[in-house]
Amino acid sequence: MSSVVEEGKTYEPGTYPDLPPPPSTVGIVGWVRENLLSSTTNIVITVLTLYFLWVILPPSINWLFLNAVFEGASRDECRAIMREAGASGACWAFIGHRFELFVYGFYPVEERWRVDLSFILMLAAIVPVLWDKTPQRGKMMIGSALAPFVIGWLLIGGFGLETVPTDKFGGFMLTLVIGVTGIVGSLPLGIALALGRQSHLPALRIVCVVFIEFIRGVPLITLLFVASTMLNYFLPPGTTFDLLLRVLIMVTLFAAAYLAEVVRGGLQAIPKGQIEAADAMGLKYWQSMRLIILPQALKISIPGIVNTFIGLYKDTTLVIIIGLFDPLGVGRASLADTKWQGLSTEVYVFVAIFFFVSCIAMSRYSLYLEKKLHTGH
Amino acid sequence: MAASSATSESGRQSLWYRIFYDKETRSTAIQVLTLTLLFAFFFYIIRNAVINLEAIGKGYSFKFLWEPSNYDINQTLIEYDSRSPHWRATIVGILNTLLVAVTGIIIATVVGFIMGVLRLSHNWLINKVVYVYIEYVRNVPVLLHILMVHGVIVNTLPLPRNAISIDDTFFLTNRGFYTPKPLFEPAMWAVFIAFVVGIVFSIWFNHYAKKVQDATGKIYPVIWISLAAIILFPILVYFVVGSPMSFEMAELRGFNFKGGLVLRPEYLALTLALALYTAAFIAEIVRAGIQAISHGQTEASYALGIKPNRTMRLVIIPQALRVIIPPLSSQYLNLTKNSSLAIAIGYMDIVATIGGISLNQTGREMECMTIVLALYLSFSLMISAFMNWYNKKMKLVER
Amino acid sequence: MKLFKTLAVSAAVAMAATSGTASAGTLEDVKARGELNCIVTTGVAGFAAPNDAGRWEGFDVDFCRATAAAVLGDADKVKFVPTTGKTRFTALNAGEGDILYRNTTITMSRDADLKLTFLGVNYYDGQGFLVPKALGVTSAKQLDGASVCIQTGTTTELNLADYFRANGMSYEPVTIETNEEGQVNYLAGRCDVYTTDASGLAATRSSFDNPNAHVILPEIISKEPLGPAVRQGDDAWADTARWVLNVLIEAEELGITAGNVKGLASNGSNNPAINRITGVEGSYGEMIGLDKDWAVRAISAVGNYGEIFERNIGVNTPLGLARGLNAQWTEGGILYAAPAR
Repeated sequence: MSSVVEEGKTYEPGTYPDLPPPPSTVGIVGWVRENLLSSTTNIVITVLTLYFLWVILPPSINWLFLNAVFEGASRDECRAIMREAGASGACWAFIGHRFELFVYGFYPVEERWRVDLSFILMLAAIVPVLWDKTPQRGKMMIGSALAPFVIGWLLIGGFGLETVPTDKFGGFMLTLVIGVTGIVGSLPLGIALALGRQSHLPALRIVCVVFIEFIRGVPLITLLFVASTMLNYFLPPGTTFDLLLRVLIMVTLFAAAYLAEVVRGGLQAIPKGQIEAADAMGLKYWQSMRLIILPQALKISIPGIVNTFIGLYKDTTLVIIIGLFDPLGVGRASLADTKWQGLSTEVYVFVAIFFFVSCIAMSRYSLYLEKKLHTGH
Repeated sequence: MAASSATSESGRQSLWYRIFYDKETRSTAIQVLTLTLLFAFFFYIIRNAVINLEAIGKGYSFKFLWEPSNYDINQTLIEYDSRSPHWRATIVGILNTLLVAVTGIIIATVVGFIMGVLRLSHNWLINKVVYVYIEYVRNVPVLLHILMVHGVIVNTLPLPRNAISIDDTFFLTNRGFYTPKPLFEPAMWAVFIAFVVGIVFSIWFNHYAKKVQDATGKIYPVIWISLAAIILFPILVYFVVGSPMSFEMAELRGFNFKGGLVLRPEYLALTLALALYTAAFIAEIVRAGIQAISHGQTEASYALGIKPNRTMRLVIIPQALRVIIPPLSSQYLNLTKNSSLAIAIGYMDIVATIGGISLNQTGREMECMTIVLALYLSFSLMISAFMNWYNKKMKLVER
Repeated sequence: MKLFKTLAVSAAVAMAATSGTASAGTLEDVKARGELNCIVTTGVAGFAAPNDAGRWEGFDVDFCRATAAAVLGDADKVKFVPTTGKTRFTALNAGEGDILYRNTTITMSRDADLKLTFLGVNYYDGQGFLVPKALGVTSAKQLDGASVCIQTGTTTELNLADYFRANGMSYEPVTIETNEEGQVNYLAGRCDVYTTDASGLAATRSSFDNPNAHVILPEIISKEPLGPAVRQGDDAWADTARWVLNVLIEAEELGITAGNVKGLASNGSNNPAINRITGVEGSYGEMIGLDKDWAVRAISAVGNYGEIFERNIGVNTPLGLARGLNAQWTEGGILYAAPAR
């Protein structure tokens, strides 16, 4: 390195050789100096953060992996193994034993292929929606739109299959059923509500505003309570209404109200000139909405829409409070088994990981979409 | 349609023709149809409800609210025992909900702003740690957070007899956090009056200083003078009237600490979980808000010779706030509504008192749920109204 | 919006049109449906909880199965509707379930004001207190100032308030939603005392790592007759379900078991009481809208009361409950079923 510039030698202007930057500003050292130790405050923050990580990380990793027990038929066996090793960690054997219950709920064992098939169908249906380079995307989209109905039919029992009552639904499968139905159902309803709120017909507008504000003004759990305790009183005497169906309706209405506000934001961002231009072209209301306004408004609202969906998906955990067995509910019911009592941390961590992975996938996709659609003006 | 010939002809056109081709008639028809269907729907479900309730011999009456509740509540901000009526239990629930909402919002705002600023820090390490933390919190359901925080508090903190004590004044146990309780003597009113006087004075002084600055450019240290008026003045008065306040210490007697003020684990868990969850969202809102302000604003401010901290306070933050407030207000609403998850850990909020035990012990689902829904709706409307007012105040005055 | 409402109305009208026969009577409904909807807990060890394979098992669950076997001829034709303490009565009144088997205490207000009809008692219980031995407490009278974990939505929270009030003691109620949470909180020391029905306390204590470190206090502060309930106003269905319960209890008294019931039915017996139950004599099944083999099916599906008890909660199970009050009246208990005759 130092040989490039000979000591004491003189150079003509412009011929002085390029010097490497000083070692303290490049490589790891330079990076550390620049990013971690650039000022006193920075040094203090770095040290505090490192200390924090040191306190948090090693015990967590020990508990989660190194000291964890993966084999065993009961909590006592787990404890015994840990006692031998002289360390305490997670008893993942519990999750292993109950894994099927976590995934399928109480869905009959011999019918579980239907759940698997539905999951594959769902993935296949999502591809054309998410990936715009799918060959024949237009036709595939029709398939995607039909998929939820096919899946619903498959799960409940169409095609001459044995009927599976909805109280057998549980675990991650239930989360997906509620989440997907909510998403699929709330999108058209939300757009309709947003258009209604912007409508020039006062009666329509007031109805939409009242509906949206009412739903947004109360917590989802109270709506679920209404669904579970009161809804049957409003039905004709003698009729009952499947609990899951009631929950699905409530979740859809809830998400639709939030979605309507997101879409309204998009609609309001469209310059008035666009509507006027459409009117001037002689387009009818629905034509101008379908061809001019909605495509632009929806494009702007995509990040908000995806955020609403993520919120809806996370909110599916609340169904535990009215006695449906989502993963958390399955976990708690499993804890009532004398063999596995007292392992609530394992349940919480396991369910948290599941939600974290699926939600982060959704939010990453939203970021990608945001970037792609950010065409600028 | 506006042509005069059309008007004369319209008399002869059938109603059906007009519904399809006359814009005005069509609008009216759609609205009439909507409302008719809507009323029919409500009439139908209410009729069903009346029939169903009659069939099982129940009525719709709020009389039960005046009967004794028969249950106890562990955190009561007003006088309450098991002989008190259900309406009083409802008020206890309302106050508990409000307590969580208010403290949660304050903590969430402070933590959220700090994390939002740290997300913009040049320190790579803290930046990434905060990033990972925010992503973790945002992507896990809030119910799980509440259960986990509650689990941590109850399982890791010591029992009362091994309490972590700070100077024998504050005690931390898994039954709660105990602090001394201030007991006021009558002369304390003088201190409160001094406090109010201090606030009034600082508001006046703020206006005055602004007027002086507009007229002459002279800047008073407004913050320091206001602080002195609000804090130092009441303290001075406090000593002048002879320290009219004593503390009731918490002490271990029997099973539990007695006396003092106690923050129960259910309250702590709910508030912390909700605050940290909401803070993660606020952090992202703050980051986006600050990033939305063009760097040219900072540079222009520097060019005018305004010091960095004044630039932040006078130029960046007021503009960023305009971007931040609308989403912030919806986060506040969310926090308030999420406080209804209290039921999962047994914190006695609205849903757990009137919507829970009262509902269950009296069997009045309709009445109790009506009360719960009405209460949440009015909270939400109040927060929205306040935020709209504030938003309007902060709005850019277009010239 | 409009679309939705239109849909809702038409859906509701459609349902009304299709469900004209639904309110004929619960017994007919159950038979037409081919399935019994039985309301149970979301999980109490020994009484009702799903096992590793997701099949519901327990004391209350077996009574549901017996009812299904009697009415429908198949003990597996049961749909279990899990409810929390809070949602159980609404679920029953709203028609989500046909019968409630969810260790529910019979009280006057529930019977009269909540519009339930109780069918009898399938477990005599009482509310007790569980405390760690280390506290040195020997009587509930020493619990002044304690933190007490209670399950919400049950009679226990009312009894507790009354008991402490009557004895002039103070306490901190820690309200929890499920039995499992109650255990977690108690073991972590969030509360000094866990209170629920004595059977539940025994179940809870048996599941601890070190059951001997905990003691159930001698005071039983309430009477808790637990029993099944149906909606008020359907006497035919109440009769059917009541006699399934009674016959299971009487079967034990008469020595009819899952093993010998079929033999007794085909060969007859010298004891007319047995013959009445097995359908050899009389037409008792028809009186409650069933056929003559109803009791045989119920008993062969799950056994008599004693067999159900021993299998799920008896001394040889993790719960290890002794019969105590729940022994037959002939054996020192108060289990005294009305005779089927």
